[in-house]
Amino acid sequence: MTQEIIIAGFGGQGVLSMGKILAYSGLMDDKEVTWMPSYGPEQRGGTANVTVILSDERISSPVLDSYDIVVALNQQSLDKFSPRVKKGGILIYDVNGIHKRPERDDVTVYPVDAMGATLELGNSKAYNMVVMGALLEAMPYKLPMENVMKGLRKSIPERHHNLLPLNEQAIEKGRTLI
Amino acid sequence: MKGNEAIAHAAIRYGCDGYFGYPITPQSEVLETLEALMPWETTGMTVLQAESEVAAINMVYGGAASGKAVMTSSSSPGISLKQEGISYMAGAELPALILNVMRGGPGLGTIQPSQADYFQATKGGGHGDYHLIVLAPSSVQEMVDFVALGFDLSFKYRTPAMILADGIVGQMMEKVVLPGQRPRRTEEQVREQCPWTANGRKGMRRRNVITSLELESSRMEEINNRLQARYAEICANEPRWEELGVEDADYLIVAFGSVARICAKAAQLSRDKGVKVGILRPITLWPFPEEAVRKAAQGKKGILCVELNAGQMIEDVRLAVHDALPVKHYGRLGGIIPSPQEVADVLEREFVK
Repeated sequence: MTQEIIIAGFGGQGVLSMGKILAYSGLMDDKEVTWMPSYGPEQRGGTANVTVILSDERISSPVLDSYDIVVALNQQSLDKFSPRVKKGGILIYDVNGIHKRPERDDVTVYPVDAMGATLELGNSKAYNMVVMGALLEAMPYKLPMENVMKGLRKSIPERHHNLLPLNEQAIEKGRTLI
Repeated sequence: MKGNEAIAHAAIRYGCDGYFGYPITPQSEVLETLEALMPWETTGMTVLQAESEVAAINMVYGGAASGKAVMTSSSSPGISLKQEGISYMAGAELPALILNVMRGGPGLGTIQPSQADYFQATKGGGHGDYHLIVLAPSSVQEMVDFVALGFDLSFKYRTPAMILADGIVGQMMEKVVLPGQRPRRTEEQVREQCPWTANGRKGMRRRNVITSLELESSRMEEINNRLQARYAEICANEPRWEELGVEDADYLIVAFGSVARICAKAAQLSRDKGVKVGILRPITLWPFPEEAVRKAAQGKKGILCVELNAGQMIEDVRLAVHDALPVKHYGRLGGIIPSPQEVADVLEREFVK
């Protein structure tokens, strides 16, 4: 099993931390993991992306041409990465702010209203966990929820652990979008 | 954890006595993590943000002169500033660990990854005839492991060692196994292991002088000869490298650091198409694993050197194989990282056609 995933969006949408939680969850599920961010000024506005690789084997390149799963959270990211989903792969994107839809008929496309679902939850900061829920549901590799929760515990500072139930709720909400 | 964070954890666990640094992207997390871990409350390790890179490297000189295991870290422009101090330490035969998480140059350049400091790291860098022991990690685990290895080699040969990483290894997060906590050496142990230090005579011995200055030419030549003999010993004993699918390969890729992993994926892509490619990854860039490259090249049809620079390590590869087979360079500059497919395409274009 190897899942090569890129999550791309605006800086501030929680792209890097979502990748981190995903990587930690994989780690808790005994996988080899690599988390490779775009770093620098784009973290403070502009586009940000993170490549996460989960595998049963030693991971070679942290930098990839094509991905099993692309998660795009804005138009630029969708334009840039939708051509790079492997044939038979998965493309998830948030429909909000998208005026040009992707033209791929050789991959499974999931347009999701993650922002709408987040607003229903009533906490816009949980946006990335709603997206995470959608990703976990769509991903062929089924990460057990208990290990996702362990991953969350690991990557969220202890002083914010009171927010764990909210995050769990957001992930479950996200799962319903697929 | 991130490569940069791993360095901080590994330093504390090695029993490092002091870290002196000044922040610069893409390695600021080293200092940040050390400050967050507060090792001065546990192992007693000193962590200090100096007023500049120059101050930091001279603090390292001072710490090393008293026999302590001390280190600094920076990225390319900051490492250039440290060169005077590094040359002085090589001249004064002082052990220390220096981390360079390379970014694109020249000048302030870019904060994105690069390997353009290969020449600077392996050929001297500062003035005078000297070498650093240079280790090139390609994973977060090696960032951890090379802290101990770098310090050990540095103390064994009394010469500064450098971990030459790049922005990719520094910034990416992977699974790591941390070593156990080693106690910092006591003053008695330092005296015993490093009888050359300037840490107080206690009425026991002749005074030790730590200096790189010797105005008497014949004695300065002796010092240089001693250094060169030590470098020859390092070249004989310490080359390290990793091979991947070299034996049955028709073509060889030589690459170091994170780029070697991109090339490993490229080799897989080529093999899927029936082109047999092997990887040789130098782990010590100095001493360069010359003999290993020569052996691995035997019977091959060509070598592709892939580097995040305009062609630096390729010179050492060509010296190793004496141009017995075609050696080509492929590099991306300015912080651009080549993709695996890109490398596979270049190899095919250059050699297979």
